[in-house]
Amino acid sequence: MSKTTFTRRGVLRTGAVAGAGVALPTIFTASSAAAFTNEPTGNTVTLGFNVPQTGPYADEGADELRAYKLAVEHLNGEGDGGMMNTFSSKALQGNGILGKKVEFVTGDTQTKSDAARASARSMIEKDGAIMVTGGSSSGVAIAVQGLCQEAGVIFMAGLTHSNDTTGKDKKANGFRHFFNAYMSGAALAPVLAARYGEDRKAYHLTADYTWGWTQEESIVAATEALGWETVNTVKTPLSATDFSSYIAPVMNSGADVLVLNHYGGNMVNSLTNAVQFGLKNKSVNGKNFEIVVPLYSRLMARGAGENVKGILGSTNWHWSLTDAGSKAFVKSFGEKYGFPPSQAAHTCYVQTLLYADAASRAGSFNPCAIGEALEGFEFDGLGNGKTLYRADDHQCFKDVLVVQGKENPQSEFDLLEVVEVTPAAQVTYPPDHPMFAGGSLGSCNPGS
Amino acid sequence: MDAIILQILNGLDKGSAYALIALGLTLIFGTLGVVNFAHGALFMIGAFCAVTFSKFLSISYTVIDETKTDFLGNPLKVDLTYVEAWFGQSVGGTILDWAVPLSILMAIPVMVIIGFIMERGLIKHFYARPHADQILVTFGLAIVLQEIIKYFYGANPIPTPAPDMFRGSFDFGALLGFDANTIIYPYWRLVYFLFAAVIISAVFAFLRFTTFGMVVRAGMADRETVGLLGIDIDKRFTLMFGIAAAVAGLAGVMYAPINSPNYHMGMDFLVLSFVVVVVGGMGSLPGAVLAGFLLGILESFASMNEVKSILPGIDQIIIYLVAIIILLTRPRGLMGRKGVMEE
Amino acid sequence: MLGLNKKDTGLLLIVAVLALFAPIIFNPFPSDSAMAQFNAGYPDLMQRFVIFGIFAIGYNILFGLTGYLSFGHAAFLGVGSYAAVWMFKLLSMNILPAIALSIVIAGVFAALIGYVSLRRSGIYFAILTLAFAQMSYNLAYSVLTPITNGETGLQLSLDDPRILDGAPESVGSLPYPTLLGFEMSDTYVMAAGGWQFQFSVGYYVCAVVLLLAFYLSIRIFRSPFGMMLRAVKSNQQRLNYTGVNARPYTLAAFVISGMYAGLAGGLMASMDPLAGADRMQWTASGEVVLMTILGGAGTLIGPVLGAGFIKYFENIFSKINDTILHQWFAIMPDGIEDVLVALVHPFVGKGWHLTLGILFMLVVIFLPGGLVEGGQRIAGLFRRRKTDNDGDGDTGSSTSKDPAE
Repeated sequence: MSKTTFTRRGVLRTGAVAGAGVALPTIFTASSAAAFTNEPTGNTVTLGFNVPQTGPYADEGADELRAYKLAVEHLNGEGDGGMMNTFSSKALQGNGILGKKVEFVTGDTQTKSDAARASARSMIEKDGAIMVTGGSSSGVAIAVQGLCQEAGVIFMAGLTHSNDTTGKDKKANGFRHFFNAYMSGAALAPVLAARYGEDRKAYHLTADYTWGWTQEESIVAATEALGWETVNTVKTPLSATDFSSYIAPVMNSGADVLVLNHYGGNMVNSLTNAVQFGLKNKSVNGKNFEIVVPLYSRLMARGAGENVKGILGSTNWHWSLTDAGSKAFVKSFGEKYGFPPSQAAHTCYVQTLLYADAASRAGSFNPCAIGEALEGFEFDGLGNGKTLYRADDHQCFKDVLVVQGKENPQSEFDLLEVVEVTPAAQVTYPPDHPMFAGGSLGSCNPGS
Repeated sequence: MDAIILQILNGLDKGSAYALIALGLTLIFGTLGVVNFAHGALFMIGAFCAVTFSKFLSISYTVIDETKTDFLGNPLKVDLTYVEAWFGQSVGGTILDWAVPLSILMAIPVMVIIGFIMERGLIKHFYARPHADQILVTFGLAIVLQEIIKYFYGANPIPTPAPDMFRGSFDFGALLGFDANTIIYPYWRLVYFLFAAVIISAVFAFLRFTTFGMVVRAGMADRETVGLLGIDIDKRFTLMFGIAAAVAGLAGVMYAPINSPNYHMGMDFLVLSFVVVVVGGMGSLPGAVLAGFLLGILESFASMNEVKSILPGIDQIIIYLVAIIILLTRPRGLMGRKGVMEE
Repeated sequence: MLGLNKKDTGLLLIVAVLALFAPIIFNPFPSDSAMAQFNAGYPDLMQRFVIFGIFAIGYNILFGLTGYLSFGHAAFLGVGSYAAVWMFKLLSMNILPAIALSIVIAGVFAALIGYVSLRRSGIYFAILTLAFAQMSYNLAYSVLTPITNGETGLQLSLDDPRILDGAPESVGSLPYPTLLGFEMSDTYVMAAGGWQFQFSVGYYVCAVVLLLAFYLSIRIFRSPFGMMLRAVKSNQQRLNYTGVNARPYTLAAFVISGMYAGLAGGLMASMDPLAGADRMQWTASGEVVLMTILGGAGTLIGPVLGAGFIKYFENIFSKINDTILHQWFAIMPDGIEDVLVALVHPFVGKGWHLTLGILFMLVVIFLPGGLVEGGQRIAGLFRRRKTDNDGDGDTGSSTSKDPAE
């Protein structure tokens, strides 16, 4: 590297910078010229879709992305409009949001908090995203929610089931449509008691991290309230791939129900292993041994193949629902992609519509205005019946589906059947419920 | 007592997978002196041989069934497999049912060829390079291989069930004279253990009793001298790489029914199998097998409730803890040779 | 200058200029052009370049000089960031005490692990460090959740004591990490024509720390201590025969590189106050090994290049989706456009791992000395062309053999 060129280039560059600096007004984003972070000034508005594209949840992420693309199409007035036709609020016109065409950027969370935050920050700092949404695990959702709070943009959570997302880690800028572990317990327990009786002994295998614990706590509380006894709760490492050594002790523990508080790959493997050990055909205490998977993911359940048959669990939404909203969504998704959407796709699609609708009703993209429009918002026609976005914790309250692995599936998508729709009232809890205590929303942050 | 026997069985089973992968790693390392980070990927490809073979067998034609409807309300398309159409319901069904064991037939040539290509095309050029470079290039290869699999098969696990007669479990305790229903063990896991034992013995016998094996062992001990004797050691080493790849692949094929294969299963096993190899001692085949079973059994014991209640979280770290203790008390692992990979 | 020879001073100056003007250099494309996708000049990514650069520089002091391949350095980075976040929670949002504590804690942690692991060498050492790091990761993810907040990662919360800061200005919103009254997230955006340059306080703090870290690493490389470490790498046995005990030197190198990792972790938490267990996983340790080797192990600037290379791919290529591809190729006729998109599609977006894997292999196969060697070859080509005219073709190749450039 010769010295002369180095200096000359340096001078050129400084010259350009100085000239530009004189010519143009400058902004300190901290001491505002814009009213809020990334206020859209042109005729477009950018949304950030932050989903896992690599790692074990990549397929779930891909499905979320499909739903987002569909939602953007519908918002911009392309396609058949999907759930916009059945949505109880009619603020959306099919002309983008507030007349601005919707554009989007995508990123890879890798299902790691760090990578997810890096990706979300690049959307906010580089691409000017006004809202970030997506994700397939609670750790990521909570991490990105915290980031959006700091940066002053809205976070519309994707698939996150831990109580903490709208419990101790809730944030004013974050909103969750998906249900949570408490709701799974409240919805599932009565069905379990009705099917399997009230004097059951349950053995829990729980993924050893925050989500697993909140789910175990919720299910244990809900089932014990109905008379079940909890024989043991055993934590399994997240990295475990072979659960045989955790399942073997179940057989001689006297338990007659096995609850698998696992998700994704853990769930596929633990369920497969449990069936291999013959737990499904076993009888204990004169009763048939039962396995329960409290949080079902249809995409993942496919990995367990035939093993899911007859196994009860809960889910946020399923494509076989027959209300007008679900049918409209399944139709436009299915016609575009050739297969039915997953619950992750559904929640992401709905979150995008809800955000757009709130902005339209508020008449602004200001996160605080949108937050206000979403708080306490009651709506219908988005697939889960009448739904409330509760102001106290930004959690949606709606019906929860109890599902069962289908005995005679007709296609590779036809894995689950809905056995009960638990009404919202039954899964509603007070905002200060001990499982959700410890955090506060804080005040909304519009950023700069 | 029955709990302990159960955990020993579980440990032998986990240990079989560790031992098979570690055996292949050690073969490659011992003969070629190459640290192969793509070995986990070979295991994964093995499992996907099973997946591919089942898919291949179930290639089907589509019939429209007017009586049923799909999720959009159109007439349902029903897929019927050619195998069943050609051989009839019963024979065809049996072939489909036995897809996993049958796919061994496909996996062996495929894996050997992949091994050949890897060695001739890539690894060969890295014999003289530092171990760090070997690690980097094989790690890059591992990523490429698993991304290719992901591109074709997606990220979700794919169910690959064992033949019907090996599904479910049987009362192993009754065989040993325990009370009925105390030691129940799945058939397929026992098959896996026996299979691993056969493969391991075959590799050892091959190295021990054939001229080829003798030359390779001599080459492992002193490559230069063997070369001076006019023996084309290179060709044999290429074959050894193929064999090591086949061992990893077969371990993967038979593992598919235990846990549904996904594209990153190789990475999950990679670190553990390296720990196994090193604990066993670099370059020692018996060491690799011994360490595989030892760590498998210890891991199973650590996950027992009685142990976990005394030491919470022990099952999270047991393998690493044991590795540290063994490496600190025995400088070159259980059976390692002096001077191998110590610089 | 500053006790450096001419060449090192030049190198330091180049790095300083690069660091100073990074917001401009990394933003070559106007923000509304189709190529803006490749811009890297936004605060988060530049901070990551610099922070991982520091991490890799530190790692290189151990691996590049002594040849000890540690597979557990991410643990020190993780411990550092936990320490920093705890300081933010308990003491003050000022980043200085946080970073100081993260260096100290990481140093102590490194001393403990190093003392045990350095009893072995070669692959046995690598596996020992890997084992310690994986144990830390697994425990941080599960059993140690009261300290680490497990899966979610340690974050600030409204009811943290922060005893030095007193009552927050606005109730209900979280404070930001600060230095001398500047918030790390403050950004000065300069619009120049179609370009938008972002000058972030946090980035410049990182950049200054990088220069200090880089300067220190040059001094270590050129010191008698550095010579001793090189001697360990080339022949430890001979060193032992001459009556020198290498262990204190390697341990010192291990602890120094651990403290660099802690510094990187502390900075990372200062830029973005969150500390997650993922940072300690073996893949993260592997990443720093890759950065160092990819850039050029044992060279001064190599690790920084390697860090930049990997982080660029992770953050830029993963964000390219089909819509963007269609925009790029929009000028082509429809059929060709679809073919091109289909061809590129597997390598970007969700396929960025594939591209990275292929590039790893290409670099290792064709550039054994890493990216630095690539640069030298290109420089050598030019130099040779020039010197060929003078009739002296030897200078180009002799400089490229210099082990520390």
